[in-house]
Formats: sequence, C-alpha cells, structure tokens
Amino acid sequence: MQPTVALRVARYRPEQESEPTFQTYEVPFRKDWVVLDALNYVKDKLDGSLSFRWSCRMGVCGSCGMKVNGSPKLTCAAFLSDSMPGPIRVEPMDYFPVVRDLVVDITDFMQKLKKVKPWIIRKEERPLAEGEYRQTPDELDTYKQFSMCINCMLCYSACPIYGLEPSFIGPAAIALAQRYNMDSRDEAARERLEILSEHDGIWQCTFVGECTKVCPKNVDPAGAIQQYKLMGAAHWLRSLLLPWGTR
Amino acid sequence: MSAGVHHTPYHPKWYRRRVSVWWWLQNRTYTGFVLRELTSVFVAFFALVYLWQLRALAQGPEAYAHFLALLKTPLFLVLDGVAFLFILFHSITWFNLAPKAVVVRLKGKRVPDWVVVGLNYAAWLVLSGAVAFIVLRGG
Amino acid sequence: MPRSITPLLWLLFSAGGTVAALLFPVHVLLTGLAVPLGWLEAPSYESVRGLVRNPVARLYVFVFISLPLFHWAHRFRYTLYDGLQLKHLTELIAVLCYGTAILGTAMTAYLLWNIT
Repeated sequence: MQPTVALRVARYRPEQESEPTFQTYEVPFRKDWVVLDALNYVKDKLDGSLSFRWSCRMGVCGSCGMKVNGSPKLTCAAFLSDSMPGPIRVEPMDYFPVVRDLVVDITDFMQKLKKVKPWIIRKEERPLAEGEYRQTPDELDTYKQFSMCINCMLCYSACPIYGLEPSFIGPAAIALAQRYNMDSRDEAARERLEILSEHDGIWQCTFVGECTKVCPKNVDPAGAIQQYKLMGAAHWLRSLLLPWGTR
Repeated sequence: MSAGVHHTPYHPKWYRRRVSVWWWLQNRTYTGFVLRELTSVFVAFFALVYLWQLRALAQGPEAYAHFLALLKTPLFLVLDGVAFLFILFHSITWFNLAPKAVVVRLKGKRVPDWVVVGLNYAAWLVLSGAVAFIVLRGG
Repeated sequence: MPRSITPLLWLLFSAGGTVAALLFPVHVLLTGLAVPLGWLEAPSYESVRGLVRNPVARLYVFVFISLPLFHWAHRFRYTLYDGLQLKHLTELIAVLCYGTAILGTAMTAYLLWNIT
C-alpha cells in the first residue's frame, strides 16, 4: 500500500461560488516530491479542473508562488516531506486578488515594477566604437544580491504593509530599483529616488523583515529598503543644506 | 482572517480578502514586530519621566525630593521594571538590525554584519559605563 | 527645496532610536531601579543641579529627551496606522504624535535655558 498524504487545496470558481472553499485530495507521498508534483498529480489524475501557475519547476522562473501551510513558498521548492504528516494546506498567495483556484492577478506588481524603471538609464549612451562598459568585481558586488530577484512576489505576500495598504510599492520593486541605483553603469538614481520618495514609496516600510525571510533567492529586500531610506535621507539633507549641488 | 468579501472594482468575480485587525497575531514574526514597535511607548514614557525630573530640578529641592519619592512608589517601580525590559528589547533589536541600514564599504568590500553589530554593542557598553561613572561620581 | 519632510522625520526617528538604544538602558537602571530600590545612593540635589549647569550637560539632556520623543512619535504613528488600521484618522494621529514630541522638546529647551 503506497503511502499517501492529504492535500487541502483552496478552490475558487467564480462562476459557481462567491467565496473560496477547500477540497481535499489524497496524493501519493514520495520523499523526492514537492508540492508542485502533488498538484500536477491532482490535475493529471484526480481533478483536471484545478488551476495553478507553474513553469520551470526548478526555482528560477518565479511562477509557482503559493501559500503552503500558511507560509509563502515556491511550490517547486516545498518538499512534501517537510510538511508531513499532513494534511498540507495549499492556498493562493495573500494580498493579491484571486482569479481562480490558486491563480492570482499580478497586474499591480507589474505596474509597480515598471514605475521604478528597472533598466540602465544613462544621460548619454556610449557610442559603439568606445566599447563595452567595464565593471570591477567589487562594483558588481554592490548590487549583485538585488539582481537575483525572480519576481515571484512571495515578498509581497509576506508583507503586512502591502496587505494593509495595497498602494505600497512593495519589497521587490524597491529592491530592483536599488539594484539599478547601485549599478555603476546607471545614472538615474536621483530619478528613481523622486519616484520612490512619494507617499507610497520607501517610507511606508516599517521594517517588519518578513519579505527577506520568505525570499527564495536571498535578495534581502528589507536590507535594500533600509539602505534606500538612508540614501534618501542623505539626499534630502544635501538638497536642504547644499541646494545648488543637487541640481 | 475575517470573512468579509471585498471584490476588486471592475473585476467583480476576483476574490479579495480583507486583512483582519488581528493580522499581527498570525505568526511569531509579526507579533515580535509589533512588540518591537511598542517599545517606543516605553521610550517615550521614560523621556517624559526625565522631563518631569528636569522640571522638578528647576523648581527646587522640595519638588525634587518629592519626585524622587514618587519613583519609589510600587506603581513606578513596576512600570520602570517593565519599561526597562522593553527598552532592553529595543536596544537589542536596534543593534541587530543596524547593519541592514548602514552598509559600510572599505576598499570596495562590504564590512561584515557582525562587525557593525559588534561595534554597536561595544559603544553601548562604553557609553553605559561612562554614564554610570559620571552619575555615581557626582553623588 | 526638498518636497516632503518624511526623510527628516525618519532621520529624527533613527537618531532618537540610537540615543534611546545606547543611553536609556543605563539611565533607566540607575534612575528607575537602582536608586529607588536603595542599591545606590541618590546624588544630592546640589550636585545634580551643578551638573546640569554645564552647557555640555544641557545639550546632552536636551538630545536625551527630545530625540527619543521624536523616535516614539514616528514609530507609534505607523503602529497605530498599520496595527489598528486607523487610516481614517491619519492626520489626527500625525498631529498628536509629532505635536507631543514638539511640545516635549519645547518644554525641555525652556527648562534648560532658564535653569541657573
């Protein structure tokens, strides 16, 4: 008799219900299986109507973020064996509107990401003849950690400020802005600071720190935000005391 | 989480759950966070106690003696004891989080977090010792 | 001219938090517990008064009371806003918090200026 484990999955079918419900499935337990494997088993063999997002199944695409037993996780990285004896509760990520079952709408994050201009901005592009931009390993080191973000949005799902104040720009967007601010090739730190110093920018953060805890790629968005606050405050002081210097 | 269906405008079928007022009881980190934030109340409490002491000092020896007597009452002793614990909690969480905000780079390499934390604790010890010395020597 | 004062409020919060973290524990231990409980002799009225006459001491006391009040104001304001979800009272909360800190600072400055 093959060991099994119960999977309690949140279902939401807007055409037939107004609130989410739970449905329990009995899936085989294998010690090398992750929650994503179990969900795919459900979809293949038990209930083809279950909707969820996934892609690379190896922790680099950021598609499969969900809540496993109440904690935001990538389901491709959440081993069944870590949650035994079960039942294992699988729900959609918090603080995003649920479209269907485990699928959430991520438009809000996408818009916020664009707002921070996460690309290299230069006052003048170098002509091709001048060759490539060079960067020392130390210069790379200043922003590399923040560049590891896979946009999985687990940090948004963990941030109570985002839950309470949906207009908050959020951990990943700020971390990615900082990634470009610290990049020696970029020249738009001031421009981004103007955007992020607005009411729902960096100052909304109260350093709960949960975003860093749940990040699967060790981006440390909380650290990025606190560094950004210091940068923002220093810039504010400079513009107050030396207004001519900051034009 | 409380019930309370709250649909997103223009997408009446998308489900949005309202965040409960008890969100901070949901996990240990959130509760710890709120306790950490509440340490500020005890910080303000003591700042006001010192302000009161300063005022008593300015008013004269009787007022000052009266203030010192007030500090000996059980109510204040209990409040002070509780406040002391919360203020310690503030100090510890503050120093432990310092390296997140203050990133020091020496010759291109980031100074390790434990050095920043250690320097903070060292400063704490040195300053506390200096204060104790000055206050007690003046007596 | 900088647009908003939030960075200033955050700087005050940080400075106040650092002052409180470094200096409050020892002062609370001495003034709030050790002396009232009799573990240590209370410094005499004259010696404390003499100590406060010193301009450096006055600056210390000013920073010691004022900055932590601003630390509390900023932090408590956000705690009420987020923790109790009092969004509709956000202006009132801000005025009460920073107002108290400003009042406390003004009182401290007044007392320190006039003490002889």
